[in-house]
Amino acid sequence: MSASTIVTLPLNQSLDLQVSDRLRKKASRHMKERVIEFLLFGAALISVFTTLAIVYVLVSESWVFFQHVPLKDFLFDTQWTPLFDDAHYGIMVLLSGTLTSSAVALMVALPLGTIIAVYLSEFAPFKVREISKPFLELLGGVPTIVYGYFALVFLTPLLQKIYPDLPGFNLLSAGLVMGVMIIPYVASLSEDAMRAVPMSLREGSYAMGATRLQTSLRVVVPAATSGIASAYILGISRAVGETMILAVAAGMQPNLTFNPADSGATITSYIVQVALGDLPHGSIGYQTIFAAGLTLMLMTLMFNLLGYWLRKRFREVY
Amino acid sequence: MLESQDLQAIRALIAKAKRWDAFFGVLGILSLMVGVLTFSALFVDMAIQGIPRLDGNFFINFPSRRAENAGILSAWVGTVLVMFVTALAAVPLGVAAGVYLEEYAPKNWMTDIIEINITNLAGVPSIVYGLLALGLFVYQFGFGQSILSAGLTLALLILPVVIVATRESIRAIPQMIREGSYACGATNWQTVRDHILPYSSAGILTGIIIGMARAIGETAPIITIGALTFIAFLPNAPFAGDPPAGLFDWLFSPFTVMPIQMFNWTSRPEAAFQVNAAAAGFVLVLMTLLMNGAAIWLRYHLRKNIKW
Repeated sequence: MSASTIVTLPLNQSLDLQVSDRLRKKASRHMKERVIEFLLFGAALISVFTTLAIVYVLVSESWVFFQHVPLKDFLFDTQWTPLFDDAHYGIMVLLSGTLTSSAVALMVALPLGTIIAVYLSEFAPFKVREISKPFLELLGGVPTIVYGYFALVFLTPLLQKIYPDLPGFNLLSAGLVMGVMIIPYVASLSEDAMRAVPMSLREGSYAMGATRLQTSLRVVVPAATSGIASAYILGISRAVGETMILAVAAGMQPNLTFNPADSGATITSYIVQVALGDLPHGSIGYQTIFAAGLTLMLMTLMFNLLGYWLRKRFREVY
Repeated sequence: MLESQDLQAIRALIAKAKRWDAFFGVLGILSLMVGVLTFSALFVDMAIQGIPRLDGNFFINFPSRRAENAGILSAWVGTVLVMFVTALAAVPLGVAAGVYLEEYAPKNWMTDIIEINITNLAGVPSIVYGLLALGLFVYQFGFGQSILSAGLTLALLILPVVIVATRESIRAIPQMIREGSYACGATNWQTVRDHILPYSSAGILTGIIIGMARAIGETAPIITIGALTFIAFLPNAPFAGDPPAGLFDWLFSPFTVMPIQMFNWTSRPEAAFQVNAAAAGFVLVLMTLLMNGAAIWLRYHLRKNIKW
């Protein structure tokens, strides 16, 4: 009996040691896991901080601006001359440039983008689609400054041959090139939405004797409306936020105009213009770019909310 | 008699519908051609204007008031340094965030907020990032109008791209891989490190390349933080000069990048500078095309090779 205790004691001890060792190891492993999870969570939180920082910077800097300029003047004044002695701050002037150029761009991008999407999704042979999709992606990857250069030195002289009165800087050629730039976004997202429509719907339509075009327009497009709407919204946001094409090719004179053949400044190109100049930080002229940026941000936010609503409203679940 | 009339009417109807079909097929090709033609015109025009200007000196000269002596040395060095900072910040953060959302995140309101945020950030105009950086990095943090500010700005800008690419390629890994790993006693992190990340690395790389290609061409946010357009010096190399520069001095140096150099030349009235702009633009387009092409190639081969 005594012999057995002598034998078992060290054994027990060593077992105890092993267990506590393993427990300790397990605890440290657990600890390490928690630390890593926390670090990864921190990285994911950066996106929330970015949004908060954008809102904070825009609102706090605009706050200073709106203490000098009443909101009424900002919204309803018809002149934008913040850098002159007789300063006026009518955002309408910049908005008109933004809206005009965006309208031109969207008149190009939305119809062409939709047609390309329908064609690639419903008509094109496999080979054509396999080549076209990467090509569209390349088209979307060209830097916008390059598009701006193209609008200024290639398209504007071309348009001037047809329409000699066109000024060297104009919203029209900037808008047209912007439209071509946006085509890939609209086409690619719409096509994804159309391809997601189940085959059975098409088969049903074909079985009734419908042709490809009838099937596309009356079955596939209605079924993909929510996805196409998001593609359009993205296209609109791109157009409104586009900067360099307009800064290069549209001139930077603030004009209250809805005529694409005029030159004009947009919210974005105005920000570039001020950033290029040497206004001191903290001056009221400098603060205008944050107010302009806030306006831009609110506009894109509005479009995003609209897109969210459209997606919910037209979502089809199969 | 009546029946054959009906048959003819139906045939006529179908023939008409088929004509519309054919018409739309042509319309689709024409619409595609608008994109193809624009791109070809842009590329060829820039090549014809720019290529004669692309000799060795163009790459090793500083910008100059005389168009024929001007080069893109400070611009391409600036672009390389800014891209280095961008990659260093965006890649770890983006991949970590993607891994968290796919492998760790619980289903709760916090995760929902993060996901909605990432979607919305992808739609924020790039110039707004410039304003953010101006307020935050340049003035609040006091980084000034430096390579560091620019690199971090572009990193924030491409973060959604990297996160989305990471998530998509992680989602493509079948659940059985994870189950196998857990069954062998691996922890969450061990599974991620030894299985999830290696298997998704090619897809993540594709996303990183696309993001970097976008960052290289971004002009607006960098102009907004106040990058200078005329820089005729290089940032101090570490330990060079007298007194010797610190290891990280270059981070705080003023700089210019390729697209800004091109913008600067484009906005000058003299024709000779327009030629320089075309040459710089050609180099820029070539760089983005190569990067995007590499990403597309990578994705294509990836799709072909992986069989779980």
